[in-house]
Amino acid sequence: MERDTHFVLGVYEDEDVLLDAVKQVRSSGVKIHEVYSPYPVHGLEHVLGYKRSRLPIAAFLFGMLGTSLALTMQFYMMKFDWPMIIGGKDYAAFPDFIPVSFEMTVLLAAFGMVGVFMVSSNLKPWAQPRIFDVRITDDKHVMAIDIANNSAMDQEKIKEILKSSGATEVNNKSFDE
Amino acid sequence: MAHEVQNFNLDQKFDFTPGIKKSIMTVLLIGAALLVVGIVLAMMGGGHAEEGAEAGGHAFHWYQRLYANIWINNVYFTGIAIVGVFFFAIQYAAQAGWSAPITRVMLAFGNWLPIAAVLMIVTFFVAGHDLFHWWHAELFDKSSPEYDKIIDGKGAFFYWPMEKGTFPIFYIVRMVVFFGFWVFFFSKFKKIAAAEDQLGGTSHWFKMRSWSAYFLVFFAVSSSISAWDWVMSIDTHWFSTLFGWYVFSSWFVAGLSAITLAVIFLKGKGYLEMVNENHVHDLGKFVFGFSIFWTYLWFSQFLLIYYANIPEETVYFVERLTSDVYGGFIFVNIAMNFVLPFLVLMTRDAKRHGVFLKLVCTLLIVGHWVDFFLMVQPGTLGHNGGVGLMEVGMFLVYGSAVALVVLGGLAKGNLIPKNHPMLEESYQHHI
Repeated sequence: MERDTHFVLGVYEDEDVLLDAVKQVRSSGVKIHEVYSPYPVHGLEHVLGYKRSRLPIAAFLFGMLGTSLALTMQFYMMKFDWPMIIGGKDYAAFPDFIPVSFEMTVLLAAFGMVGVFMVSSNLKPWAQPRIFDVRITDDKHVMAIDIANNSAMDQEKIKEILKSSGATEVNNKSFDE
Repeated sequence: MAHEVQNFNLDQKFDFTPGIKKSIMTVLLIGAALLVVGIVLAMMGGGHAEEGAEAGGHAFHWYQRLYANIWINNVYFTGIAIVGVFFFAIQYAAQAGWSAPITRVMLAFGNWLPIAAVLMIVTFFVAGHDLFHWWHAELFDKSSPEYDKIIDGKGAFFYWPMEKGTFPIFYIVRMVVFFGFWVFFFSKFKKIAAAEDQLGGTSHWFKMRSWSAYFLVFFAVSSSISAWDWVMSIDTHWFSTLFGWYVFSSWFVAGLSAITLAVIFLKGKGYLEMVNENHVHDLGKFVFGFSIFWTYLWFSQFLLIYYANIPEETVYFVERLTSDVYGGFIFVNIAMNFVLPFLVLMTRDAKRHGVFLKLVCTLLIVGHWVDFFLMVQPGTLGHNGGVGLMEVGMFLVYGSAVALVVLGGLAKGNLIPKNHPMLEESYQHHI
């Protein structure tokens, strides 16, 4: 994204005020870019109207991949590549394969989930995170509003809405990327 | 404790209306009719009655199948009843807040325990000789051709301190002591609960927590030993070190399903308004999780025996898997108790909506009956067993009798523990 982005930031001190503010700001028609807090605020993603994470679907698919890889690997090894009789069983003794399949399912589901989360949350090692306000790692909640996304509304109007919703400070922040 | 927004009726009582009673009685009568038809068919020699059992040298009688059925349902529904009390005690020992409004539903299942105790002891005296191979004096008589060295070595577990092969006093004492303490703990919980409703305050909660902890210690030991006594000793030669856990897990899933069904049923009748989809979600998670726990134990038992391939251990599965009667039920068991709850209850929505839970819990209650059927019948009836009218009828009779007793007990007390110190926490429960 080779463009300048300009944000209006509302700084909040209390999580209950923040939850109410999110509701007010959204109902007045302002689109919120993101809310940053030093700790998880219960119910925040609900009032922000976020859809449920699709991470479990990724976990399920990666898990299935793990199961199939493990079964294929074991069948190939034990039946075709290097057949061995172990404990008087068939070459392809299905019950023996279950523990390995289970472990591979868990492993790939976990790795896949972490990987998908990293990618979808932009947590690449070389990613440059946007720091909206250093105090979001300490004691303040910050609501960021992307001006480009709210072009229909005057900037002063947005600031007023933020103030009236309980923001202790309203700042401007621009990123030059 | 003021609740500004919600005004729940905390004094509500479950009204056991004649309508509900009538529908349960109908099921009971249908079950009884099926049972009678099944018995008559068996008496007239339906099935394999003439062939006789091959191993023991005893001729097969139709009433042995009746005994085995009574025993399956005795053990199974005792388990559901005690799991109600067990889950209740877990809530207090773990200081759980979310479950506060539904604790009385769990406790109500204990009402079946005194009846289960009587049924179990009477059945044991009437049918013990036909059900338990070890109740044959000649097995312990060195001069008899029937002498069995392995069972002789285990004899003291049943007969101590008396002569082996006489009267299984140690076994009966265990049965009486377990039921005695279970009923004792159940009535203790009920008494503290009633006092809490009347007097309020937090002291009753602390008292309940202590008694719950004592009960859990006792239950940890007694549930395992009762599984060896009542179920594993049927296959007298065979043993499995995790059998106690395995039976417990089967009981636990069935009990959790019964509790979940009861909560959904009560909600459908307009009770328990404070219980919302968040609480139902938690119950669903328990059912889902412990179904997998059951599978883990079932498979652990199977895989080790299969892999080690020691004849004295494999006989248990050979007897079941190679049988015309029971072979298919092994797969029915896995499908109903693992595949079904695993796939259906995997998503969050399925655990939050009553429809899915109702379906899965009903099938799980049948599924774990099949599990106990597979534990009891092969060892007692051999190829003379199977699922017929007698099995279905007996299951319906027991199930509806338990429903009558449990709901009757529930109707006697308050439905909500109105002075429970964590009710407020439960209202706010949100996941």
